[in-house]
Amino acid sequence: MRALRFSLSLILAALATATFGQVTGDPEHGQQVWKKCAICHMMGPDARHRVGPVLNNIMSARAGGKTDYRYSKAMTAAGQDGLHWTEDTLDGFLQAPKSMVPRTKMSFRGLKSAGDRADVIAYIGLFSGGAMAAQIDDGFAVSADILAIEGDLEYGEYLSSECTTCHQADGNDDGIPAIVGWETEDFVTAMHAYKEKHRDHPVMQMITGRLANDEIAALAAYFKGLGD
Amino acid sequence: MSLNRRVFLGTTAAASAAMAAPMVMADGHGKPRVVVIGGGAGGATAARYIAKDSKGEIDVTLIEPTRTYYTCFFSNLYLGGFKDMNDLGHSYGGLAASGVNVVHDWAVGVDRDAKTVSLAGGGSLGYDKLILSPGIDFVDGSVAGWDITSQNAMPHAYKAGSQTELLKAQLKAMPEGGTFAMVAPPNPYRCPPGPYERVSMVAHYLKNNNPTAKIIVADPKPKFSKMALFQEGWGDHYDGMIDWIGEEFGGGSVSVDPGAMTLTIDGEETAVDVCNVIPAMKAGHIAEIAGVTDGNWAPVNAVDMSSKADADIYVLGDASQQGDMPKSGFSANSQAKVCANAVRGALTGSKVFPAKFSNTCWSLIDTNDGVKVGATYEATDEKIAKVDGFISQTGETAEVRKATYEESEGWYAGITSDMFGAKT
Repeated sequence: MRALRFSLSLILAALATATFGQVTGDPEHGQQVWKKCAICHMMGPDARHRVGPVLNNIMSARAGGKTDYRYSKAMTAAGQDGLHWTEDTLDGFLQAPKSMVPRTKMSFRGLKSAGDRADVIAYIGLFSGGAMAAQIDDGFAVSADILAIEGDLEYGEYLSSECTTCHQADGNDDGIPAIVGWETEDFVTAMHAYKEKHRDHPVMQMITGRLANDEIAALAAYFKGLGD
Repeated sequence: MSLNRRVFLGTTAAASAAMAAPMVMADGHGKPRVVVIGGGAGGATAARYIAKDSKGEIDVTLIEPTRTYYTCFFSNLYLGGFKDMNDLGHSYGGLAASGVNVVHDWAVGVDRDAKTVSLAGGGSLGYDKLILSPGIDFVDGSVAGWDITSQNAMPHAYKAGSQTELLKAQLKAMPEGGTFAMVAPPNPYRCPPGPYERVSMVAHYLKNNNPTAKIIVADPKPKFSKMALFQEGWGDHYDGMIDWIGEEFGGGSVSVDPGAMTLTIDGEETAVDVCNVIPAMKAGHIAEIAGVTDGNWAPVNAVDMSSKADADIYVLGDASQQGDMPKSGFSANSQAKVCANAVRGALTGSKVFPAKFSNTCWSLIDTNDGVKVGATYEATDEKIAKVDGFISQTGETAEVRKATYEESEGWYAGITSDMFGAKT
């Protein structure tokens, strides 16, 4: 794995493109609140499961969905019953974890302040989807011309079928990242980062290797729309 | 801005469709009809995409005898104890909900002049376009001493379901220090790394439950998919347990006796406790009945997967003879989307985009030791031709191999929801 620099300044730089849904909280304050979570959880490129699972890319994902973490039966069942992490469901869970998912392993009383919850959710959102990608691709840029290409949605829909063999169209993440609802710039940048082998993954390098600039734009437009 | 674009696209599409009248190309019976035979990675995907993308303009019927589909991919992981049988089973409820008329019956005849498919249950279905995705059947007499009546004594377990469960039960019942034998198939066959992933999973089970047991593989081929990766893994994880006998050591000269439970390789008879016979393969029988096969497989045009024998029939996945793509679930799923786009275009005048194909096959060698191979493909006049590819490297770190395995689990969830519709 390529070493990735991670710093508060980078994260705050990413705020300009914080992309998950409507960010209502203040992620800068959320980072302070996160210290309570960080006793058990990690986020970021080098994160590992500890007492609790890694919380990268959990927004939109099914609860209990990290394949290599041993969840409580209750959390696994909640995910199987359809619980997905959104700002709303996380807000409910963080307010009183054991009320929402009885017998979860997470021994945390909850956050009473609605403001703290919104802020920490905004901060966690920075490690999901396009916002996470924007941080990984820091230092890699595509030209304004490429970013300005307007994607053809109909073509994007057809091309997307090559992606949805692995990336789920409804945004579920069972081990392969969700790619719906990203800001266009994040999506296009990530794809070009694979195409130019700035990012490592061999499947993605191969798939993007034969995608033309207008095809990447078409995919970005289509997958952005799927997140709405 | 994007709204304007959307409106613009919508109007041009409608305008060009109107100019390209007739919009509905059905022969005087209302909506155009597509019949799909076979509800696996090719057929289920094609049915779902045509129904979804035509938004009710096309009647789509899927004929599939089983009510629960067990994926062949990942069924080796069940043998290894990494998956339950339930993890591999999928119902057709999601397809029905997305507008596909799902008929649980066997297709037993195709009348290409009348354009009808007859069912074992007695009915018959008319079609404008017929998609065949029947998977594989076995070539009679390809392994001396074995035929389909021997499949309980010597399971193939190469169509997932009861055969897979039977092989697992036999594996569990092996005596201490017993012998597990596999007769590997000749090319071309479904899932090129499949037999060798299976050997790995069987070895994983035996290492933990019956560590003095042996595995013999009789193989008619001189080499096989991901060979260097598997052989490295077998040495690292299962040293001395697996004896692979390739073509140059007589692996292709094999006979079995299912009554006596013996395997004879190049004249030398061995008593075995379990014998997994994977015979030579051919297109699922209905492709032969439809008269679209040439030899064992059904030749197709790369641009849209249409049969070379009949422009109104398409053949997907393992049954097709298309060129460079391996016979895999991923390939079938990829081909189905190209085909769905072309069929919809032919029947409703919707825009047909250029064919793009891709494939990736993941295999598990031992716990958290996953490897993969993949490629992209394009349609040429002669065949589906490989463009670019990659393969896992020997000597990769444990971290990379673990990430590869986790990715394969993500892919399984992805492709099954792409085939059957999202889990609810």
